[in-house]
Amino acid sequence: MLEKLLILLFASNVLAQVCMPDAPEAYKVRLSIKTALGDQAYTWNDNELYLFRATLAFAMRNYLSGQLFDVSNILVCNETERVSFWFMVKSVTNPTTLIEKQHVENAIKESRHRINSAFLLTDQTLEFLGILPTLASPFVPATPPWLIAFGVVMGVVGAGIVYFLVAAVVQRKRKKTLDEEEEAKGATENEIAGENLDGIYNTSFSDDEKVTEM
Amino acid sequence: MKLLIPNPGLDKRIHTYDDLERMDREQAEDRPKWDNKAQYILTCVGFCIGIGNVWRFPYLCQSHGGGAFLIPYLILLVLEGLPLLFMEFAIGQRMRKGSVEVWRDINPYLTGIGIASMLVSLLIGLYYNTLIAWIVWYLFNSFQSPLPWTQCPLNENQTGYIAECQQSSTVDYFYYRVTLNTSTSISDSGGIHWPVVVCLLVAWTVIGLCYIRGISSSGKAVYVTAILPYIVLAIFLVRGLTLKGALAGIKYLFTPDVEELIKPTTWLDAGAQVFYAFSLAWGGLISFSSYNPVHNNCKRDAMILTAITGCTSVYAAMVTYTIIGFRATDKYEQCISDNIQTLINAFDLPEINITADNYDEALKYLNSTYTDIVMGLDVIPCDMQRLLSEGVEGTGLAFIVFTEAITKMPGSPIWSVLFFVMLLCLGLSTLIGNIEGVVVPIRDLGLFPKTWPQEALTAVTCGVAFVITLLFAQHSGFYWVTLFDNFAGSVPLLCIGLFEMISVVYIYGVDRFNEDIKFMIGSKPGLYWQVTWRCTSPLIILVILVFYLVIQAQEQLTYLVWDPSSEQFPVLDSVPYPSWINAVIFLLAGIPSLTMPIYALCRLLYVYLKKKSIQ
Repeated sequence: MLEKLLILLFASNVLAQVCMPDAPEAYKVRLSIKTALGDQAYTWNDNELYLFRATLAFAMRNYLSGQLFDVSNILVCNETERVSFWFMVKSVTNPTTLIEKQHVENAIKESRHRINSAFLLTDQTLEFLGILPTLASPFVPATPPWLIAFGVVMGVVGAGIVYFLVAAVVQRKRKKTLDEEEEAKGATENEIAGENLDGIYNTSFSDDEKVTEM
Repeated sequence: MKLLIPNPGLDKRIHTYDDLERMDREQAEDRPKWDNKAQYILTCVGFCIGIGNVWRFPYLCQSHGGGAFLIPYLILLVLEGLPLLFMEFAIGQRMRKGSVEVWRDINPYLTGIGIASMLVSLLIGLYYNTLIAWIVWYLFNSFQSPLPWTQCPLNENQTGYIAECQQSSTVDYFYYRVTLNTSTSISDSGGIHWPVVVCLLVAWTVIGLCYIRGISSSGKAVYVTAILPYIVLAIFLVRGLTLKGALAGIKYLFTPDVEELIKPTTWLDAGAQVFYAFSLAWGGLISFSSYNPVHNNCKRDAMILTAITGCTSVYAAMVTYTIIGFRATDKYEQCISDNIQTLINAFDLPEINITADNYDEALKYLNSTYTDIVMGLDVIPCDMQRLLSEGVEGTGLAFIVFTEAITKMPGSPIWSVLFFVMLLCLGLSTLIGNIEGVVVPIRDLGLFPKTWPQEALTAVTCGVAFVITLLFAQHSGFYWVTLFDNFAGSVPLLCIGLFEMISVVYIYGVDRFNEDIKFMIGSKPGLYWQVTWRCTSPLIILVILVFYLVIQAQEQLTYLVWDPSSEQFPVLDSVPYPSWINAVIFLLAGIPSLTMPIYALCRLLYVYLKKKSIQ
């Protein structure tokens, strides 16, 4: 009876250290190298997998400071040709237990950019299923550019309107003084050439006002 | 055919030929004059070529059988547009008055036609300038990189994008939410959206500046606003043809579907489009040609303008469809690559197994071997034809489809600026003609004191119009603009055009008209013009009008709403209009159409009562 219990305990310990897909502490990773890099894509091999385990250990070290994670703490299984696999993280302090999902997620989120850069990938091409990619907040400039454009256009239009109005007023004033001069000139001419008043179509008296400045 | 309604006193009201000769010799008229012929032609071209040529004609072309639509369009252009155009030019040049005075001179009972033209120009001008305000907003927002309609804003807890943006698209969100802040129904006004107010201010001040001295200022402005669109279209044509998928778009546009020619709606739409495109019955063309010298060859002008309008429509359609073809191809490839990703993720296949080339066979194989799994996936069928045909009309084309396509071109802010500057110029040049058709009749009717200078008239008109267009700055403004577009610019124009033709041919007298034209340009109009003026054109307009009214009366009036809570979101939901809209529709379409008979009746009553009181 006691031996059976011992064997069961031993077996469960061994099992706890073997990576299993869909385990509560496991994450699935998917890499789309060809999509990201096209012709310059590198082939996925064991060395790349080693680098992955190393970067993940780096992330865990950063997150849980003091605990020195090593490549051997990162367990990988179920590799496919797609380049996807599952991984789990063994604890440093207690080699028989696994780190919980939440801690792994936080560690990855903190060092996500570094992990991506190690593989020349992005949040979309190096997917951790279950961890949402961090969203870049939209770029909002300090002064809305449309306000600047609006100010420029309204300035130009306002200047144009002011120019036209001033020109119209100046022209009207000039016309008024010209009319007054013409009337005075016409009166003196009439006194000089007395008999020729009738029958001449005197254009200086013609209706200037009809020709509006349109 | 001596079918002529007696018209006493006509000779006393209009200039005699001697008067006209004297005015021409001595240049002693008090009307404004064109600086040169080029200004006149450019103003008319700018008036006729508007935003509708860029976004209405390509849609009609493609939805009514592609290249085959050109046949009814060109036929009706020549049978319906050209005769009416020549008639408006000739009558304006002969009478040398604005649109109200021309009809008053022909017969005082016909003044209603001029008033109706003015009302239609006013109503159309109001919503047209709102479109220009939206274009101005997009133009102002194009001076940044990345363009603001490429990004979705984040939601409150920064975990994802705003749901409305996520479900539709960034361009949809920017148009319906950021620009317009659309409410969910036309009855829900929701207050004023101030970015639109600011842009309306810009739009009205710009048009006020262009028209501040009447045609002497607008005549200079048209050198830019009428020529720049052609240059920009050429640039876009070159850019468009070098994009991937452009030829697919052009092929789609010009693939003729000859069966569409048998359908009456095709001919109806072609007829209405000719009318709207030529800006006939707006009153502006009569006004513009009245500033011409007496012996100007208006027949040649009408033919030149018809040719230019027809060619520009086809040219703009080609450019539009290169861009649409590019966008559809891009979306198609995106769709295919998304599906490929889904498949290889589901089956854990290496990435090189399924590519765009063998996608179809791979899908077929997987579907037959693992049918259940494939059913469970979200594999959207990628349909190129559907992508080419979606969202291609009206405001949707410019503000959604085109802006999306521009974001995918390298150097997008430049293309965006160019595109919206082109739309702005197209709109401004049409609006100049529009404002002419509003200000001149108002002055002729005596609603302004005679002592006011032109600047004051323009300022007051623009100011009042700005206040009225604040209606379109509400959250439901988008629905009001659509309402105006559908009803103010359709039936009234057809009615006025019909009345114009009947008045000139049967009340003024087509024989007298022929003599006038012989006096002005030296030769009597030929058989073609006689036949079209007397029977063909009025008949065509009448048929289109009757069919249009019949079709409208049968359908229940619905409109498309942007409703994030509806099931079909992001597709626009089709919702019936509230019942009070019928009153508004009557105001928009009924009053301008009925102005002429109502005015004639009122005048009849007035004259009868006066006679009775004298007796």
